[in-house]
Amino acid sequence: MAVTALALVRLRNLFAVVMLAGMFSLLAAVLYVVLDAVDVAFTEAAVGAGITTVLMLGTLALTTSEEKAAPRKILAPLLLVVATGAVLIYGTMDMPRYGDPNAPIHRHVAPYYLERTGPDTGLPNVVTAVLASYRGYDTLGEVAVIFTAAVGVLILIGRSRRPRKKRQPADKKKAAQ
Amino acid sequence: MIFKAVLRVVSKLLIPPIMLFALYVQFHGDFGPGGGFQAGVIFASAFILYALIFGIDNARKVAPAWATRTLLSLGLLLYASVGVAGILLGGNFLDYSVLAEDPVIGQHLGITLIEFGVGATVSGAMITIFFIFAHQDR
Amino acid sequence: MEFPGLYNYWITIVLMMVGFYIVIAHDNLIKKVVGLNIFQVSVFVFYISMAKVRGGTAPILDAGIEIYSNPLPHVLILTAIVVGVATTALALALVVRIRNAYGTIEDDEIEGQEDDA
Repeated sequence: MAVTALALVRLRNLFAVVMLAGMFSLLAAVLYVVLDAVDVAFTEAAVGAGITTVLMLGTLALTTSEEKAAPRKILAPLLLVVATGAVLIYGTMDMPRYGDPNAPIHRHVAPYYLERTGPDTGLPNVVTAVLASYRGYDTLGEVAVIFTAAVGVLILIGRSRRPRKKRQPADKKKAAQ
Repeated sequence: MIFKAVLRVVSKLLIPPIMLFALYVQFHGDFGPGGGFQAGVIFASAFILYALIFGIDNARKVAPAWATRTLLSLGLLLYASVGVAGILLGGNFLDYSVLAEDPVIGQHLGITLIEFGVGATVSGAMITIFFIFAHQDR
Repeated sequence: MEFPGLYNYWITIVLMMVGFYIVIAHDNLIKKVVGLNIFQVSVFVFYISMAKVRGGTAPILDAGIEIYSNPLPHVLILTAIVVGVATTALALALVVRIRNAYGTIEDDEIEGQEDDA
């Protein structure tokens, strides 16, 4: 997965970049299955590998599929990235160990959800129960975000056809070019 | 288009199972992996496949703009109105226990409705966004 | 035996830094969006790996299973993925609009045009 990500940095053909990004998502989905998150893996496989790739390809078709030039100033960003990474790795030294059942994250509300989901809702899938019932406000907000994003896309490029055809003679082709 | 015979036949075979699978994921999400978010995306991908194979104009006839936009809005509306229904029946906002006599059945009903709202919004959003991208001038 | 227990965080950090590097070092806007996506996936991996309990299984209740992984991060990330694709679509829409307005999707060229104007 990290190799795929590194290949993404080097490639300049955007078509290959988008395909690799799809592969990256699929690998992430496999990783989620290994980490017990079957619902999340399902979503990632459908969304990341499917819809995102199609949307990216659509954008490539509308714009261009070749990156112009490799970045010239490599050193400064690289230094910044390495420095940030080093600080973050230093920060992980105090984190709970992987798979530790006594980590703080597992001691707060999670046991409550696991215990109460059966009696409260009668559903075996805890993820669905928490998503829709216990944290219904969150999900309402998320759905509102998706709605807003779709409306935003509609506003930005949804109506570009008709106005542009009217404007074209006046503005010459400067805007379209 | 003649050379796409294989693609057309295979996609015609595939699209109904994809939609059926989306509905299965939608309503089986309470018991196994799945739910509104995944179902919405899978449902939308059936339309996207249709649009890719048969052309965007044909797909627009199947799913006109007003239909997907209505779907997009209705999902959110359904979600919020389930919450308001909880208030009207004497509970808190988004409290499903009051939706039926038995709190457990109420919870189940509420979750199913909510998931349906989520699925409608997600699929509406994905179809809308894809069609807008595909409909641009080159 | 101190260090091996932390490798999941290190993978996250490597991915995150790759995404960060793409965002700040590349001028192409589509590449920047891909970089943001990688960054986003690294955060997802972080959450999901936090949720894992050793010996646990997927959080779908069944008789005879005692240990489940933590369902809460799964819920958060599940919604975050779908929201992520919606915001990615919005970003791509902005890229298309920028291309319509400037005729390029390279950041430095856009800056050059702005300076000329």
